[in-house]
Amino acid sequence: MSNRSKLVPRYSASERANHWFVGITFILLALSGLALFHPAFFFLTNLFGGGPWTRILHPFIGVVMFVSFLAMAARLWGHNRITEADRQWRRHLGDILRNRAGHLPEIGKYNIGQKYLFWTLVLAILLLFLSGIVIWQPYFAPSFGIGLVRIAVVVHAFAAFVAIAAILVHIYATIWTTDSVRAMTRGTVTEAWARHHHPGWYKEVSKEAKQA
Amino acid sequence: MALQSLDIERRSATTTPSPSVREPMKVAKLIDISKCIGCKACQAACMEWNDVRDSIGICEGVYDNPMDLSADSWTVMRFSEVEPEPGKLEWLIRKDGCMHCADPGCLKACPSPGAIVQYANGIVDFHEGNCIGCGYCITGCPFNVPRLSKKDNKAYKCTLCSDRVAVGMEPACIKSCPTGALLFGSKDDMTRHAEKRITDLKARGFENAGLYDPKGVGGTHVMYVLQHADKPQLYHGLPKDPQISPLVSLWKGMAKPIMGIGLGLVALAGFFHYVTAGPNEANETEEDEKEEQ
Ligand code: HEM
Ligand code: SF4
Repeated sequence: MSNRSKLVPRYSASERANHWFVGITFILLALSGLALFHPAFFFLTNLFGGGPWTRILHPFIGVVMFVSFLAMAARLWGHNRITEADRQWRRHLGDILRNRAGHLPEIGKYNIGQKYLFWTLVLAILLLFLSGIVIWQPYFAPSFGIGLVRIAVVVHAFAAFVAIAAILVHIYATIWTTDSVRAMTRGTVTEAWARHHHPGWYKEVSKEAKQA
Repeated sequence: MALQSLDIERRSATTTPSPSVREPMKVAKLIDISKCIGCKACQAACMEWNDVRDSIGICEGVYDNPMDLSADSWTVMRFSEVEPEPGKLEWLIRKDGCMHCADPGCLKACPSPGAIVQYANGIVDFHEGNCIGCGYCITGCPFNVPRLSKKDNKAYKCTLCSDRVAVGMEPACIKSCPTGALLFGSKDDMTRHAEKRITDLKARGFENAGLYDPKGVGGTHVMYVLQHADKPQLYHGLPKDPQISPLVSLWKGMAKPIMGIGLGLVALAGFFHYVTAGPNEANETEEDEKEEQ
C-alpha cells in the first residue's frame, strides 16, 4: 500500500517567512512602481496614500525588499546550479507544458525553469537596487550626473518589467502545478508531488530520513 | 500655477485631450543678448512678482549670483568671458531659465497627471499642487532647468508669468528691463523683430549673428538673439542642438505601451494555458505503479 498521506518537509518556518516577506514587499514595490510608470496605473497611488507618499515609500520598501531578498538568495544559491539533467529536462519542455511528458530525467530540488527564474530575479533585483539608488530623490539622485540618471531610469523600468513578468510566471507555475502552494504555506509537500516533480530531491531526502 | 483652464494643449501623464476650446496666439519672450548689460533687474523683478526669496549666499568672486537656478531663483544671469577669436575678449551675459519648449521634456517625463501643463499659447507651467517630487522633470529637461525645493520637495521653474500673461500683462522680467533686451509678444512678432536685430548685428561685424529657436525641441517660447549663433556653447554652455534625450524618449515612448501590454499578455497566457492544458497534477496511481514495478 502506498503511504500517500505522508508528507515531505520542503521549507522551514524561517524559509517560509523569508519568502513571504520578500513576496509582500515585492508586490508593494510592483504596485507603487507601476503607478509611476504609466498613467493607466496612476490610480494605484491611492493604495499608498496618494502620489507623494507613493513616491516617498517605494524606495524605502525597495531597500527592505532587497535586504530580505539577499537573505533568501543566499539560502537558495547552491540549489540553483544548472546541471546536465536540467538541460535534458529542458528538451521536454513542450511536452511538459502540454502535460504529456513521459519519462523525464531526474530533477533535483528545482527544475531548470525554477533555476532560470532564480537567476533572472537575482540579476533584475540587483539592477533595480542599483538603478533605484541613482534615481532616488532627494537623497541620492542629485549626486549623479544627468547622463547616468537617464540610463538608470531606463534600466529601472526595464528590470522592473522583467522582474514583474518573471514573478507572474512564478505565480502561475505554482497555480498550475497542483499542490505546490502548500510547500510555502505549510512547509510540506505530498510524497506524490515530490516523486512526480522532483524525483532526485525526493530520493535524497528519503535517504536522509532513513539514515536519521 | 496660473489662471487659465480652457486653453491647455497638453497635461503630463494624461492620455485623453485636455480642455482646449480656447485658441490663443502663441507667445514668446525674446532675449536679445547683444543688448543685455547684466544689471539683473529681471532677476529681482522675478523674485518680487513671484514672491520667492533665495537665501543670501556668498560672493564667489564672479558676477553670477546666485550661482545657479534654484527652487527660489527661476532666472539667473550667466556671465561668460570668452574669446570667440584669439585676442578678442567678449563678455557674454545670458539670462538663463526655462525655455518653454514646444516639445517639453519635463512634461513628457512627468508621471503625475496635471503636474505639468502646456498652455495653447506655448507656456509650460508646473502645477505644484499635483507634483509628487520624483524629479523626473529634471531627468527629462534638455536645458537643466527644473529644481526640487528643499522645503517642500516640489519642482519649480519659470512660469513665463503665466498668471500675468493670462490677464493680458507681460512677464515681470520684461517690464523691468532698462535696455529693451527683453521683449514679449506673439511668437511671429518676436521672430520678425529678431530678424531686424540680426541684420543690424551682421552689419556691425557679427556675421554669425542669429536667432536661437532650436528645432530639436520643436522650437522654444523663449528665444535668444545671439551674436555667435554658430557657437551657442559660448553662452555658458547653451546646447547647440538640444533634444529630448533618446533614453527619455525610449522610457516615455515605446517602453510604456510595450511593457504594459507585455505584462498583460504574460498574465493572459497563464490563464489560457490553464484553461486549455489543465493543471500539472502529480498522478498518485501512476506514481504508485512506478514504485511497484
Ligand atoms: C531594490 C530597491 C529599489 C529601489 C531603491 C527603488 C527605487 C525607485 C525610485 C527612487 C523610483 C523613482 C520613484 C520614487 O522616487 O519613488 C522608482 C521607480 C520605479 N520602481 Fe523602483 N526601486 C526598487 C525596487 C523596485 C522593484 C523590485 C520594482 C518592481 C517590482 C520596482 C519598480 C519600479 C517602477 C516600475 C518604477 C517606475 C519607473 C518609471 O517611472 O519608469 N522598483 N524605484
Ligand atoms: S517632480 Fe517634476 S516630474 Fe515629478 S511630479 Fe513633480 S513636476 Fe512631475
